[in-house]
Amino acid sequence: MSGTIAWLLDETPTSRMQARLGRLYRLTLAILANPLAVVGAVIVLTLVLTAAFAPLIATHDPIAQSLSERLKPPSAAHWMGTDELGRDIWSRVVYGSRITLTIVLLVAAIAAPLGMVIGAVAAYAGGWIDRALMGLTDIFLSMPKLILALAFVAALGPGIENAIIAIAITSWPGYARIARAEALVVRRSEFVAAVELQGASAWRVIVSNILPLCVSSMIIRVTLDMAGIILTAAGLGFIGLGAQPPVPEWGAMISRGRSFILDQWWVATMPGFAIVIVSLGFCLLGDGLRDALDPRRKEG
Amino acid sequence: MSDTLLEIRNLRVSFPTLQGGRVEVVKGLTFGLGRERLGIVGESGSGKSMTGRAILRLIRPPGRVTADRMDFQGKDLRSLDESAMRAVRGAGIAMVMQDPKYSLNPVMTVGEQISEALETHERIGRRDVRRPVLEMLEAVRIDDPVRVAKLYPHEVSGGMGQRVMIAMMLIPRPAVLIADEPTSALDVSVQAQVLDIIDDLVRSHGMGLIFISHDLDLVAGYCDRILVMNRGEIVEECAAGRLSEATHPYTRGLLAAVPRLDEVRDELPVMDRRAGAPA
Amino acid sequence: MSALSIRGLSVSYGETTVTHDVSFDVAEGESFALVGESGSGKSTVLRAVAGLARDWTGEIVAFGEPRTRRIEASFARRCQMVFQDPYGSLHPRKTIDAILAEPFAIHGIGDTDRRIVQALEAVGLDPRFRFRFPHQLSGGQRQRVAIARALVLEPRLLLLDEPTSALDVSVQAEILNLLKRLRREQGLTYVLVTHSLPVVSFLADRLAVMRQGRVVETATVEQLRDDTFRDPYSRELRRLSQPHAR
Repeated sequence: MSGTIAWLLDETPTSRMQARLGRLYRLTLAILANPLAVVGAVIVLTLVLTAAFAPLIATHDPIAQSLSERLKPPSAAHWMGTDELGRDIWSRVVYGSRITLTIVLLVAAIAAPLGMVIGAVAAYAGGWIDRALMGLTDIFLSMPKLILALAFVAALGPGIENAIIAIAITSWPGYARIARAEALVVRRSEFVAAVELQGASAWRVIVSNILPLCVSSMIIRVTLDMAGIILTAAGLGFIGLGAQPPVPEWGAMISRGRSFILDQWWVATMPGFAIVIVSLGFCLLGDGLRDALDPRRKEG
Repeated sequence: MSDTLLEIRNLRVSFPTLQGGRVEVVKGLTFGLGRERLGIVGESGSGKSMTGRAILRLIRPPGRVTADRMDFQGKDLRSLDESAMRAVRGAGIAMVMQDPKYSLNPVMTVGEQISEALETHERIGRRDVRRPVLEMLEAVRIDDPVRVAKLYPHEVSGGMGQRVMIAMMLIPRPAVLIADEPTSALDVSVQAQVLDIIDDLVRSHGMGLIFISHDLDLVAGYCDRILVMNRGEIVEECAAGRLSEATHPYTRGLLAAVPRLDEVRDELPVMDRRAGAPA
Repeated sequence: MSALSIRGLSVSYGETTVTHDVSFDVAEGESFALVGESGSGKSTVLRAVAGLARDWTGEIVAFGEPRTRRIEASFARRCQMVFQDPYGSLHPRKTIDAILAEPFAIHGIGDTDRRIVQALEAVGLDPRFRFRFPHQLSGGQRQRVAIARALVLEPRLLLLDEPTSALDVSVQAEILNLLKRLRREQGLTYVLVTHSLPVVSFLADRLAVMRQGRVVETATVEQLRDDTFRDPYSRELRRLSQPHAR
């Protein structure tokens, strides 16, 4: 064990692999040194494990109805009670984690790279390309995210896939802005000038030199945005434009529990808790990542 | 030694490492400062800047400063609380740093910043502050103080900015000035002017000066006494005029490594840095 | 044939013209220095030659070919540059290996492994530095990497922009020795920008003194050593560069 650690922290790595793993290990150490980030990481990890092993963790079938068991309060049989169709809320929340995770991952996988490339190209190219791309970005940014997502879903038709596409379309402009700001700084640096002097094409400069430096701020931003994405997805579900019944999406579950909020509080509250905890987890992790990844914050 | 302004004994500064240990960047420094000009010379990593910061207690956790003694005019700097320390910084011991661009507030005019420096340390009315500010700007040889006082930091040149910094630092009449590479960002012609100003004011105010620099020749020209630091320790102490007679191999190595104006050597002697001696 | 020939060069940044009518020639194998204080335009001339400053008028001819405003692959293989700040000129997230491999990838040159080891050797860096990141290296070691990177394409002209002014005295001596040795071994031509006359005295054969965007004097290094500059400004600059000259 100590041999492995010494290998990872070796100041003179002998291969590309060792250099990379060593960097990863140092990053992990930096995150572990921050208690709040650890809490966030544990929450996110729990979410991932829950989604992966949902059938083992859930106590009931999430869509099995049982009208005799309607609206039961939390008990030993139903840890979070049951909803108006007698479905076990605990099991639905557990399965709902799969949907939440899917949404979050797909949105991140679509919006972040898209925004990053657009921002970096705008910053590097400058001139009219920059103005055109940023004009487009600003148009998107000037509209409220949820309303814009609503419009897209309305046009594309309700459903979880369309919700994901809609959220991704509304999220990239933020990433483009950040990537552009980062890239503008990097663009003027001497190492970019050095690569240009070697005869590198614009595309190579962007992909192999500018983008790698935008990645960490992008990871931080995406992690911090996860909460917002979850809330937007939940919001779409709440209005009935996201996941369709009987899929156990947390937002849709809250929406259905709304009618019973005064007498059967658990129906809306339990998925609400899930949203709050997961959002918080992503925020804490994002803050921790920022401290660990951003070299500027390490100084001083 | 009634004239001793600063008395430092066994000063140590350390920082934590990733592996969980601590690394000492200043290792048991002992020196005193009278009404004189003391030069601290060393390369990066020698601990020279950390020494200046440690005296002003500007090293934040996780950095740690310990000393057996750290007296300023009989006051024990180690035991002062933060508000007393703030009074010492500026009015007692002032510090001029390398780059005025980062030390001046970009949204305040030069005049406002200098008056603020004075008002923080002295009870003085708004109206009475103008005259000493203009006088101070004149003292740092700014020809048109009325106009310059109205300028913002980005509107002045590097040399002018550094003179403004000096004016700001010296207006509360501190007893000690710590100048950390005050001219490294400046051109040679401006460098000489700025150093002359510092020199002039330090002498006429009877202050103590600690001049921290990497440039042996420069320090030798402006100081009375020189401490040469290497890896957190003082390796040589000598009178500035006798620098050429320095005995420590590190000092000799440093002197030899500098190219000269009439350089005809085919190769410059380099130091074996592990041993701290010329190779 | 001269390695570099500049005639009537005026470089602008936006509205302001930074250099006015600069002309000089650098013979092949020569080491030529541009000296002056900040704002004298000495770095700007270098950036125009390299292709990093594009708004210029006049004539720049490198190895018989007029320079365009672009950086062609053929020019990149003939002329490279070493920057002042060893902390800013290496990509912070790339290993030394990746930094040195990039020029080969750009120009489609194979046998990268052997060439990288060779390049490290040439600048006196231990091969165990190969997989380190720049932040794990000292300033002097980084500058060696930057020099290695400039040399891997085997250029004939090397532009040096204050290559040692960010370094400690003892490290500066090492890098100056290295640059001198490399020039001797590989028959390189240097155009060196610096504010330090002693560095010129050690490394250059001839120099041009610049002031406010103009060349005030072109002289040999012997004139610098013997204090026989013709121009009063050059003489003043030399006087201020002497230790204890107050």
